[in-house]
This record gives sequence, C-alpha cells and structure tokens, in this order.
Amino acid sequence: MMSTGFRTLVYKETLRFYKVATQTIAAPILTAMLYLLIFGHVLEGRVQVYPGVSYTAFLIPGLVMMSVLQNAFANSSSSLIQSKITGNLVFILLTPLSHWEMFSAYVIAAMVRGLAVGLGVFVVTAWFAHMSFVAPLWIAIFALLGAAILGTMGLIAGIWAEKFDQLAAFQNFLIMPLTFLSGVFYSIHSLPPFWLTVSHLNPFFYMIDGFRYGFFGQSDVNPYFSVSIVGGFLAVLSLLAIRLLASGYRMRH
Amino acid sequence: MTAIQISNVQKRYKSLQALGGVSLTIEEGEFFGLLGPNGAGKTTLISTIAGLIRPDAGSVTIHGHDVVTDFRAARRNVGVVPQELVFDPFFTVRETLRLQSGYFGLPNNDKWIDEVMENLDLTNKADTNMRALSGGMKRRVLVAQALVHKPPVIVLDEPTAGVDVELRQTLWKFISRLNREGHTVVLTTHYLEEAQAMCKRVAMLKAGKVVALDTMSQLIRRISGSQLVLHLKQGVFPDDLRHLVTHPEEAARGKYSLRINEYSEVEKILARLREGGAVIYEMQLQQADLEDIFLQIMEGKTV
Repeated sequence: MMSTGFRTLVYKETLRFYKVATQTIAAPILTAMLYLLIFGHVLEGRVQVYPGVSYTAFLIPGLVMMSVLQNAFANSSSSLIQSKITGNLVFILLTPLSHWEMFSAYVIAAMVRGLAVGLGVFVVTAWFAHMSFVAPLWIAIFALLGAAILGTMGLIAGIWAEKFDQLAAFQNFLIMPLTFLSGVFYSIHSLPPFWLTVSHLNPFFYMIDGFRYGFFGQSDVNPYFSVSIVGGFLAVLSLLAIRLLASGYRMRH
Repeated sequence: MTAIQISNVQKRYKSLQALGGVSLTIEEGEFFGLLGPNGAGKTTLISTIAGLIRPDAGSVTIHGHDVVTDFRAARRNVGVVPQELVFDPFFTVRETLRLQSGYFGLPNNDKWIDEVMENLDLTNKADTNMRALSGGMKRRVLVAQALVHKPPVIVLDEPTAGVDVELRQTLWKFISRLNREGHTVVLTTHYLEEAQAMCKRVAMLKAGKVVALDTMSQLIRRISGSQLVLHLKQGVFPDDLRHLVTHPEEAARGKYSLRINEYSEVEKILARLREGGAVIYEMQLQQADLEDIFLQIMEGKTV
C-alpha cells in the first residue's frame, strides 16, 4: 500500500521540477528540437537505416528516448545533490520514510519528468516525419524501464556525489557517452565490427533499440532480448540504490 | 515513562572521540538541557537521537523505540530542530509545512499547521517563498517543521543562536506551553541564562562525556554554593579568610567575593571581620548562576 509519506515525497519531487518547468521541461524539448532540425536537415535523404523509414522518422524515437533518459537522470540526481549540499535533505532524513519509500518516490518523480519531457519532444518533433506505432506496448515498456533506470542511476549518483563537479563528472563521463553511443543518431549496424561489439555492452543501446522497435517493428536486436537486458539492468541498479539508502551511505554518518 | 534512553553511546570520527560512552535517561514531560562547549558532542548526541548519525556502539530509544532498528516509530515520536539554518528554496512556508506533515503520514493537518504558524508569528508569511524570509523567520519555520507532527519529544539544537529577542520570547512561550501540555523538551544552547530559566535538569558534556547531570537547583546548590560579596569601607581583610575569595583581583577596589557553602558561615565571616576592625560599606548574598557552575566544571575545578 502506498503510504502518505511516500505519496508526499513523490508530490514534492514532482512539484519541485514543475515549479521550474521552463528549465526542466521546456528547455530539453527545445534542445531535442534543435538536434532534429540540424541532423535531420543534414542527413535526410543521405542515410536510410531501415527500409521505408526516413532518417528523420528514425531519429525521432531516438531523440525522445534520449530526452527521457537524460531528464529522468537529471531529476533525481539534481534533487539529491542540491538537498545534500544545501542541507535540507535533513527534512527527509528526520522522517519515518523507509529506504524503499525514498527509493520509489525519487525514481517515480524522475520517471514523471523524463516521460513528460519525452512526450513533449515527441509532440513537437512528430510533425516533421510520418510516424507509425507498430507495437505501442513496447514503446510504453521501454519508455518506462528507461526512465526508471536513469532515475535510479540519478539517485545513485546523487547519493555518491558530495560536490556538484562529482555529479557533473558522472553525467559527462558516463551518462552522456552511454547515451550518444547507444544508437540515438544511427544504427549500430553501420559501425565497424569492434564498435558494434562495444555497443552491445552498452545497456542504453537496448533501451533505445527496443523503444524504436515499438514504432517501426524493426530493430537491431530482438525486443524480447532487449527487455530482458534492460529489466536485469534495472533490477541490479535498484538493489544497489536500495542498499545505499538502507546503509545511509554518505547521508547518515 | 522514559522519553529518551541513551545507553553507552559511542561515536568516533577517525582520531576524534565525539562521544565516549554517553548514558542518559530523560523522563517524559521533562525540560532537559544539554550543555557544553563547542565540540563537546552535543550535536553529535542530538543527531544520534534523530537518527542522522549511527553510533559505533550503544543505543538510543525514544518512547521505547530504538532509533536504528525501529526507526519509523522512533522518528514519529520526535521532532528535531537542526542547528543549521537550512530550507528548501522551491517552496513557500505553508507548502514546506504541509510537505513535512505529509512525510509523517498526516495529509490533512492544516488546523495544527495554522496553530503552529500562529504561535510562531508566521501566519502573515504563510505564502511567502522560503528564499524571501529573513534568517529569524527561517529559524521559526525550522521550529514549525519539527512540531508539525505533534511529536511527544521535541529536540532543539541551539534554536536561538543568532536570533532576536522577539523570536526568543515567542519561541520559549510556545515551547513552554507544549512542555506544560506534556511534551518532553531537550534543549542545547550557548545561552546559559536561557538554560537556567527553562531547564529543570541539565547534563553537561565535555569531550564527548557527561561530566555533570543533575537538576538545575541541585547543581547550583551542590557544586557552587553561594557568594558573599563585601565592600569594605575601612580596615584590613583578614588573611585567614583569603582562601575563600573567588576574585582576588577585585580586592584593590575593596571588594571581596567569598564562596560559602552554608548560610551559617556568614555569621562567622562577619565576626572575623569585626575582630580585624573592618567596616562593611555594602554586603550582598548572591546565588551562584549556571555560568559559574559551567565554568567550574569545564575548568575541571569540580565534578
């Protein structure tokens, strides 16, 4: 049963980003739109990844998923690091909220923001190409799992980081490379064999590939395989995050 | 019933022993003071009670609930006002208090929230963003946040540090009322006159250990006694009374402060002065205050 404390924390974390929606929702939508305009303009007609699918249409699900992932990560990580550095995390730590409730609340709020931005990106970019929805359930599953994974990674990064530059390092040296090398802008089958193999080790690739399958019914790997990789990755990260919260790592001294 | 039971709590930070086996029992309804110089371990002890710090050894229970193994029940029973002036800049005062109430499982708590705001003179700031408040107002919100779930035990870590007289009066009026209504209050403060006025019992900490624990009146009586302050008009102060003088530097001005343990000693001192031909110009009998006791204990003159 969802406790009042848990619901309050979800509400607070959601209200927190809603109050600065220009920065947390509108700005990333604009960024994704710029990616589409630039890459779409340069590569449309020159690159065709799947038969019958224009490059712009191929790019849109990638940009949507990238926005979901980056914003889910940003929400939980920035909330925690800000609370830790300004000291107001104490208001959460003094409450009877369990580590399960804290984990779920931070991740769900991160998912809400990630999915809100993703939906916004889709709404403004879908006008530029003919989009199909071959398997909507896969779209929903991968969007939810991707948002949950990055919300959890943000939580872990927020717990681990003690300074803003440590969080920035986590974001710049881990999240960004994994996102950009996951096939947002290309199919990994266009890569040389070595990088093709490396891409298969990147869990972000399976999120985007499975998500794209939902739109076009075509993907680099089987969506069932992708969902098992993504689901397993989420389980491992969740266990780690819950363990960190339960131990009070870098929060209760 | 015991409100807080602290049993042999130890906490070490690398080479620093912050708490070296602290044991205290605070009964329900007490107004208890926790005193000590900076670095004595007061905040570490309060943070342990609040569950913000995990002790290396020992245990703390609040109304019988262990703060580590039964933390949910323990935290429902305690409201902590942290020493640091922290706030969440995203929210207004009312939002802050509603959220804090919600975390404790109380979603429809506006009546009590309004009462707390009223008692802390926050009502006209209810819809103001936390960023826009003065330091004193932010301190009031911190107190309100700790009280929002009506905890039976209230812990205040230096709640009046750097705040004006008005807030102190408002705060103590409200906290005293809550104490009269049965809430247990634990207070740390650097303002010893505040502790003397409010606390019925105090513990003094020094280097992570309890060096004194008694009721305020016993502590004052037992440790320091009283002072007989004399201004001599003429005559010589007898040498055999000089060991009782607490501030020898004042003798040049004809002022002698003498420590006495019993009132019967006054007559003997006066008789001795008369024998020596001294004439008293002014005489006062002063009760020692908490500051005298605090200094004596911290300087290791008495335990």
